[in-house]
Amino acid sequence: MSKKVKFVQGNEACVEGALYAGVTFFAGYPITPSTEIAEHMAKRLPQIGGKFIQMEDEIASLCAIIGASLTGHKVLTATSGPGFSLMQEALGYAVMAEIPCVIVNVMRGGPSTGIPTHGSQGDVNQARWGTHGDHAIIALTASGHQDVFEVTVTAFNLAETYRTPVILLFDEVVGHMRERLVIPEKGELPLVERLKTSVKEGVDYHPYLPREDGRLPMSDFGGVHRFNVTGLYHDMWGFPSTKPSVVHGLTHHLVDKLENRVNKLAMYKEYFLDDAEYILVSYGSAARSALHLVKDRRFRGERLGLLELQTLWPFPGDIVREKCESARAVIVVELNMGQVMQSVKMAVSDSEKVFLANRIDGVFIAPVDILNILRLIQGKGV
Amino acid sequence: MAIKDYLRERFFPHIWCPGCGHGTVLNGLLRAVEQLGMSRNEIVMVSGIGCSARISGYIDFHTLHTIHGRALAFATGVKMSRPELNLIVPMGDGDALAIGGNHFIHAARRNIDITAIVMNNRIYGMTGGQFSPLSGPDITATTAPFSSIDPSFDVVELSKAAGATFVARTTTYHVKQITDYIKQAILHEGFAVVEILSQCPTHFGRKNKEGSAVDMMKRYKEVTTPIGSKAKQENPDLIERGIFVQKERPEYCKEYEKMVERAMKGR
Amino acid sequence: MVFSGSGGQGVITAAIILAEAAVIYDHLNAVQSQSYGAAARGGSTRSDVVIADSTIHYPKVLQPNVLVCLTQTAYNDYYPIIRPGGLLITDTRFVKIEKKVDARQVELPMYRTVLEQIGKPIVFNICMLGAVVSLTRLVHPDSIMKVLETRIPSGFLEMNRKALDLGIAMGAPE
Repeated sequence: MSKKVKFVQGNEACVEGALYAGVTFFAGYPITPSTEIAEHMAKRLPQIGGKFIQMEDEIASLCAIIGASLTGHKVLTATSGPGFSLMQEALGYAVMAEIPCVIVNVMRGGPSTGIPTHGSQGDVNQARWGTHGDHAIIALTASGHQDVFEVTVTAFNLAETYRTPVILLFDEVVGHMRERLVIPEKGELPLVERLKTSVKEGVDYHPYLPREDGRLPMSDFGGVHRFNVTGLYHDMWGFPSTKPSVVHGLTHHLVDKLENRVNKLAMYKEYFLDDAEYILVSYGSAARSALHLVKDRRFRGERLGLLELQTLWPFPGDIVREKCESARAVIVVELNMGQVMQSVKMAVSDSEKVFLANRIDGVFIAPVDILNILRLIQGKGV
Repeated sequence: MAIKDYLRERFFPHIWCPGCGHGTVLNGLLRAVEQLGMSRNEIVMVSGIGCSARISGYIDFHTLHTIHGRALAFATGVKMSRPELNLIVPMGDGDALAIGGNHFIHAARRNIDITAIVMNNRIYGMTGGQFSPLSGPDITATTAPFSSIDPSFDVVELSKAAGATFVARTTTYHVKQITDYIKQAILHEGFAVVEILSQCPTHFGRKNKEGSAVDMMKRYKEVTTPIGSKAKQENPDLIERGIFVQKERPEYCKEYEKMVERAMKGR
Repeated sequence: MVFSGSGGQGVITAAIILAEAAVIYDHLNAVQSQSYGAAARGGSTRSDVVIADSTIHYPKVLQPNVLVCLTQTAYNDYYPIIRPGGLLITDTRFVKIEKKVDARQVELPMYRTVLEQIGKPIVFNICMLGAVVSLTRLVHPDSIMKVLETRIPSGFLEMNRKALDLGIAMGAPE
């Protein structure tokens, strides 16, 4: 049977991935450059009996999907910088109450209204620390439509596995660009379904008592187990507590469940790293230009390699260090003032060899922009 | 089922001050649910932040204690995703109409089948007595030391204008009305608002020389009157109690189901 | 290649149709992108299309081999970026060309012909696509028609086919 091939925007590839993963509820608010995700969801979800609702703002959108997740749905919202800023409080709620949900941020230039129709990758650190308080978070990205699809499926899987919000950090360039997407057959990609409690009716169910493997089985609202969900520090019943041992334990639980699995959560692609003298580290749309340059220079005999990160948070520091160990220089290619570069500098043993190749003017970085930086580092001028 | 069985006694004592009106609202609410013979499993209570919002912790329903002002947005997600559940959303005055004002009017506009209870004590109690958008002018509060200049919303008029299809108001003095109105609000298909004036002797009463909790409740008897009463005509300053709106209008989740049918046909 | 013109001329739609035809029916790789402004109608528009038989990484076009300009503004803005010796297609009604450009400049009366023979300016862009595929031979005209079949109501297909054929004829060697 021939596979379904589509020629679509990155935003639609994300929608296809979400539908493949089993999304049944979407709430959102229009914002460039993510709007196509809402538009396609508005069309597709009712056709499969799912729910789409356009809310009054982005705050309400994230709140609504958290509510829907509690009744057992796989849920999604999509936005861009300004809307993502509005979502930060509810994002922290989903972290604290451990509600599976997926939030797409198709990044545009900021701060504030910024440059809505042009690409940027300026929200990487916001995804990490945008909501207040100690916490851990998962943020994934992708550079092409097949990866956008697969990473979106992975986002739903991780949200269900770890009962956590997962952020998809795409950008305007990938979101709006059109290219080939091959929809995998059913069963081709693994799907994680929600872990439901096996506790019978009438027996005490503790919504926040982890199993031995650390996972928390859920019970849907409307089911036989009634429990409390709160954004306050809470005990195993979900009831508010200020007991130091409870607060300490829960903070550690929320952070450790992800930070202790950094390497397991790390998704990345590597190109020509084995003998690379110069390594580019990039992600999202910028990685396309980086790879273009790498292939172009390899053709000319230069030992250039690329480490393309798909997991941005928790930051895969060990992997970055190991891969970049023997490189003469590491150039982080990104569309911001060096947000991932800072993490790379912290990861590698010699931070002096880490450089930045960026563009922050709304213009998509071209291979030649990266080459110019490389030549400067090599002492060869531009 | 006995009223006691609706409570999570494990989680008492509650946080409310002696004399607080919110306990009376809780009592009235539970009687309404009990008289309707509803199963605890079919009710989801969603609340935000504030003294009023803590009510959700004490009741043995599915309970969702969320963030400040956003309870109706969470509730919309729960209701849309499982329309057969009954949604009750208790809110304080600041929670519902300051930070949550936008969600309030949009829930009313959609006419989504949710029962919103505004426990109006005209003050931010949990943070220690700041004025709210329902305080009105000439009120003393910690953020209005020279008395407030902010005009207040009229919850009834606001709800009507925004499209709520059931709107009622009563006070903690009129306990039977609380139960009666909440019962009717739950049975009503659409967005239902019940405003209940609820005393805060600690932060409102003391600062504004309204005396004890009992004095404040007695005052509710004096300053309110049934809708359209003769007393109201003679004294327009009296606050009316009763059911102001009770009408039919397409309910959001039902309309969504119809839209799904159209979408499935169009495939 | 780069397609440029003003909003409402169907420049971006034409670019998408071409790239989709290349990917879905001619089994090539193609990436299409566009520059956005706040205006939905009017204003200048540009869409970049990269077509290749290998994987495409960098999705934008710095130096187009093929440049289509459907307004004078677009022409003035973009003729300097064409790859020396490239193909530059303009419409006689909208663009007055410069002599100094190092490119093979092809001026075609696409708009006038569409108006005269079909009477509907809406298929101007499809006529332009016909000229492009006929001049470049990158994508089969049949593939363009197959994409159109999935995109437009059957009642309008004939008109589009006619516009495409007009363009193909105009682009064909004399």
